[in-house]
Amino acid sequence: MAAQPLEIILGRQFGDSLGMPVFLVDPMGNLLFYNEPAEGILGLRFGETGSMKVEEWATVFKPTDIDGKPLPPEGLPLVQTLATQKPAHGSFYINNLKGERVFITVTAFPIVGRPDRYLGAMAMFWKSPLV
Amino acid sequence: MKITVWGCRGSLPSPDPENFKYGGNTSCVQVMHGDTCIILDAGSGIQRLGKYLNPEIREIHILLSHLHIDHTMGLGFFLPLYNPNVAVHLYGPSATVEPLLHRLRRYFSAPLFPVRLNDLPRHPLIHELDDSTFEIGNVKIQSAFISHPGPTLGYRLTAGNSVLAYMPDHELQMGSSNFPNEPDWTSGYEIAKDADLLFHDGEYTADEYLTKIGWGHSSMEDAIAFGKLCRVKKLSLFHHDPMNSDKRLEKMYQDCTRNLSLDFEVELCCEGNAYEL
Ligand SMILES: [Zn+2]
Ligand SMILES: [Zn+2]
Repeated sequence: MAAQPLEIILGRQFGDSLGMPVFLVDPMGNLLFYNEPAEGILGLRFGETGSMKVEEWATVFKPTDIDGKPLPPEGLPLVQTLATQKPAHGSFYINNLKGERVFITVTAFPIVGRPDRYLGAMAMFWKSPLV
Repeated sequence: MKITVWGCRGSLPSPDPENFKYGGNTSCVQVMHGDTCIILDAGSGIQRLGKYLNPEIREIHILLSHLHIDHTMGLGFFLPLYNPNVAVHLYGPSATVEPLLHRLRRYFSAPLFPVRLNDLPRHPLIHELDDSTFEIGNVKIQSAFISHPGPTLGYRLTAGNSVLAYMPDHELQMGSSNFPNEPDWTSGYEIAKDADLLFHDGEYTADEYLTKIGWGHSSMEDAIAFGKLCRVKKLSLFHHDPMNSDKRLEKMYQDCTRNLSLDFEVELCCEGNAYEL
């Protein structure tokens, strides 16, 4: 892994200090980090998975919509943010790696460093009650 | 590269008799490579540098790590700025909204200073940097944002096989989730890795740091751990607290190096120190 820019290091620091689940990806969508609360939702530990490519993490959790139809990667807020460099928001189901089905809500936003350097994206997600 | 330290005090000039050995001037380091003249920061030390600078030099490159006052306060007293035959280039960190030129003008204006930038016989040339790579003469410069309040750059200067790294203000614990491990996730690692000489913030004792978290500085212990992580050949502890006398600095240094066996050199930086890399 290459050395990370300060903004991404601080993003990890921030995520590491939060009680809400956080995902951090580089501009290519490689998963750089997720925090302990995210480990709880996803059912796996960052230390065990390490860095993952977007094709892997966008499908490994088998996201489905409310009706149970599989959600393509471009339906995921974080993948949308990676494509547009704009914030995105949405709710869907995932199968965590413990085999449990979890309904989550995700807000993703781009990380832009001074003065205008696109460095990746962060997603925060919540285990939400069914809507 | 011929390197001379004109100031290594942090925060505030403190020319007290009890600070005589390590010096009272704030951050300023001169780097000469052939005819190329590079100056790292414009703290109060730059005034004396201006006085003794070779008058043949016609082009000067000042790299500002950031705009905190202890790193810029000497600018208005730097004689070459008033010499129409000398071109002065000023480099500093980009901010999101306000251009570097405007931020520098705040210094060169009332009520802080009587001379405006536009009143100088030759307007300095302004260059904004972020995570950048460029060359001055035959010296390769790499800059990167590092962990310190407000936009702040660390600098890596490479000439031939020699590397000098400069991070006078740097809070290591804030810039890493797992200090001092995971070099790729440590602020400043790219700047300092394998450097022959690293000037690095070592303002506090480990206990003092605990009461000053978020102020942007590091303990001597952390600076040494960072030097080890980056495999530097020599670490020069920089940005001495203005309250610390020579005696106290030496006590701090002894306390934090006593039980260490290190495979690189660690020193307290002294104003007037000269190095050849
Ligand atoms: Zn300072
Ligand atoms: Zn500072």
